[in-house]
Amino acid sequence: MVRTIALLIGAAFVAALGFALFGTIKTAITDPAPESAEHVFHVHPEDIGLKSAGLLGKFDLQQVQRGFQVYKEVCSACHSLKYVHFRDLTKIGYSAGQVKAIAEAWVIEQPTINPETGEAATRKNVPADPFPSPFANEIAARAANNNALPPDLSLITKAREDGSNYVHALLMGYRDQPAELVKDFPGSKTPKGLHYNPAFANLNIAMPPPLTQDGQITYADGTKATKDQMARDVAAFLTWSAEPNLESRHGAGLATVVFLAIFLFLVWGAYQNVWRDQKH
Amino acid sequence: MATVEEAIPPGANPTRYHEEGHDPRRRDFINIAAVAWAGVGAGVIVLPLINQMNPSADVLAQATTDVDLSKIAPGQAIKTIFRKQPLFVRNLTPAEIAEADAVPVSSLRDPQTLEQRTKPGKKNWLITLGVCTHLGCVPLGAGEGENRGPFGGYFCPCHGSAYDTAARIRQGPAPLNLHVPDYTFTSDTTVKVG
Amino acid sequence: MSFPWAKHYEPKQPLMRWLDEKLPLPRLVYNSIGAGYPVPRNLNYWWNFGVLAGVALVCQIITGVVLAMHYAPNALVAFGSTEHIMRDVNGGWFLRYAHANGASMFLFVVYVHIARGLYYGSYKAPREMVWLLGVVIFLLMMATAFMGYVLPWGQMSFWGAQVITGFFSAIPGVGETIRVWLLGGFAPDNAALNRFFSLHYLLPFVIAGVIILHIWALHIPGSNNPTGVDVKGEQDTVPFHPYYTAKDGVGVGAFFLVFALLVFFAPNLLGHPDNYIEANPLSTPAHIVPEWYFLPFYAILKSFTFNFLWIPAKLWGVLAMFGSILLLFFLPWLDSSPVRSASYRPKYRVFLGVLLLDVLVLGYVGGAEPIARNVIMGQIASMYYFAHFLIILPWISRSERPLPLPTSITEAVLAKHGETAHAEPALAH
Repeated sequence: MVRTIALLIGAAFVAALGFALFGTIKTAITDPAPESAEHVFHVHPEDIGLKSAGLLGKFDLQQVQRGFQVYKEVCSACHSLKYVHFRDLTKIGYSAGQVKAIAEAWVIEQPTINPETGEAATRKNVPADPFPSPFANEIAARAANNNALPPDLSLITKAREDGSNYVHALLMGYRDQPAELVKDFPGSKTPKGLHYNPAFANLNIAMPPPLTQDGQITYADGTKATKDQMARDVAAFLTWSAEPNLESRHGAGLATVVFLAIFLFLVWGAYQNVWRDQKH
Repeated sequence: MATVEEAIPPGANPTRYHEEGHDPRRRDFINIAAVAWAGVGAGVIVLPLINQMNPSADVLAQATTDVDLSKIAPGQAIKTIFRKQPLFVRNLTPAEIAEADAVPVSSLRDPQTLEQRTKPGKKNWLITLGVCTHLGCVPLGAGEGENRGPFGGYFCPCHGSAYDTAARIRQGPAPLNLHVPDYTFTSDTTVKVG
Repeated sequence: MSFPWAKHYEPKQPLMRWLDEKLPLPRLVYNSIGAGYPVPRNLNYWWNFGVLAGVALVCQIITGVVLAMHYAPNALVAFGSTEHIMRDVNGGWFLRYAHANGASMFLFVVYVHIARGLYYGSYKAPREMVWLLGVVIFLLMMATAFMGYVLPWGQMSFWGAQVITGFFSAIPGVGETIRVWLLGGFAPDNAALNRFFSLHYLLPFVIAGVIILHIWALHIPGSNNPTGVDVKGEQDTVPFHPYYTAKDGVGVGAFFLVFALLVFFAPNLLGHPDNYIEANPLSTPAHIVPEWYFLPFYAILKSFTFNFLWIPAKLWGVLAMFGSILLLFFLPWLDSSPVRSASYRPKYRVFLGVLLLDVLVLGYVGGAEPIARNVIMGQIASMYYFAHFLIILPWISRSERPLPLPTSITEAVLAKHGETAHAEPALAH
């Protein structure tokens, strides 16, 4: 009885699938899906070899600090960093005093409430504050950016495939749209107000090129600020901001793996020992 | 099955000691080592499980509170918040200062003078946490018209601890004076607490 | 119940005797996972995975309980509270990565455990109840894993909740009403998040309860073994402790080693980047996929692309997806072969190998783009999946001629060591 019902149900599913399979093949032949411009022209990021990549990678704090400078002087005008706090900067090598000074001098102030009137107000940042958002809310952000929303950057390197390399590739990816793209895909011409960037998933990005020239900023440590250098450094900073505990994770991981390897050795020995007088 | 342990008590037959795999002590050692090693691992893994309950970084971040003193008249007190705890800021009258100074320090449960509890030249500004040192209730006396207790300072209604005009414990179960947090005068009329 | 030669619990210290009289809990443990449980002596490493699943559940409950001390199940702050755990809570990143990857470890060992049951015929009489309870545990695990994935309230969380509750809207007539009831709204929001959190906290304890039933049911006939031959006598078994506690110890060590490599060196390998973007009800990620452990079932769902007969494609997909799991309940009666172990079933073994490959293909298709090549692969693989369980298995279990079985576990063990059965006393020298 069970087997008869099973046979019927199985036959029904197989028949429905067979019908769908026939339909899929027929559609694929008569009406094949057109090739898309994204599929042909999208490029995957190149490896920029950050020191934090790899199994036991550590941050290059000098580089992360330079990247912070790029964020501060370029990105922070539009992009928030709301899950990172000023106090976190002590972890990339700034002293408590420096962090206090950075927070106090930050251009965008922290929203607060006027204690006298209860109205919205702003005050200077303190180390305990998160990085303030450049826009009060999403509507304000879109209104100021041609209806595009600059994403929060706290987690950006974890929120994109191959994120650290992606940030660098995106910042360096701006170029003129290739002529053959427009020729092959006339519908995919970069719309007005967008910018062609093959590192971006759909090729056309709302963000104008943020790094425009070498020497755009002057690094505190004297490193030459080429566009490529700035893109690498900010990728390093955003890798840190997305995963600030990376170094303790790697350290704890090494200790744990060594500990467990020894355990595995011991327990295997105990297993051999326990079974030595039994055939199995 | 007859085990080697039963046949040969440990150490009884030294000639077999070096025979690989036939030494009872050697055989037990690996079992004990494996179990002990696992025990160490279990002990270590408990540490993060306990530590996660400690205050997190955002709680520990040094928050400060600014207090504007200009609106507090002599004899008045205000309640504000410092690190999620109530903070009492009180402008003592000369009579209250005299009253506090008149008490012999040696008679106090937690001996401290008013000078020790205020800043030099600002003896009228008494700034304390509003947390009773007995079991943590908020004492009365900082709010308008609240009962200041028999010593004219603060009075905790929970278990009857009475504090004097220097917020020192004078009566009831509390062991210590109200805590004075770290603070500095940033100007004549503003104080930064913390 | 147990074999008559099972050792009896005899407390030696007065305290243990006293405890045994008042609350015979040590006796229960002794008889279920101690020296009082005789187990076939020939179990291989595939038998480690049941214990590993239990270990994984314990890890999940411990890390989950402490994470719940910091997580806030409110749509406004859920994503932020997850980041708070990752950045500010002491060791919070470890706890969260351990919990997220622990789910993958749990599902992985359970899949191996299921595959072992399929190969060695552990679902067959007299262990049908063990199998049925196992399928219940599997279903509860899937529900728990899904609801847990919603909690961080990232993009994949949100759209996962939207899509999976969307399954129920395929039910004719009342589907949409059921979907709205499940979500407590017209789209996933606070109501859904709160109930998912509540159930996500509850279900693991239900799973623990069903596991106790699963082990209880197992102890009535005793454990199966790689030959599938019944235990004939004392020489076929060894006490669970110390023999299998030691062997399981090796498995547990290897399990934690793999687990640690994931948590500390590749914590986001099995996750999806989009879940680090906060939920946005106005924008679906370009390529939404469930967690890896649901991909084969997701592939089956996606394979029904055309209406057939009077049933729409969407309903076919949902029926097939649920059917692909629910058919496991009938497995003990679909397979009528008296031989348990696939080692002695030449045809079944081949088809089972194909099934394993088939499920891997389904897993690939589940995560791949829906281009024609992948859809076709998924449809063929789905056809085999149903054909395997519902058509081929009932048929070959009757037609197949099994290989000669060993007369006993002992004989099989001795044959492996190049000895013959008359050397039996050599077993315990």
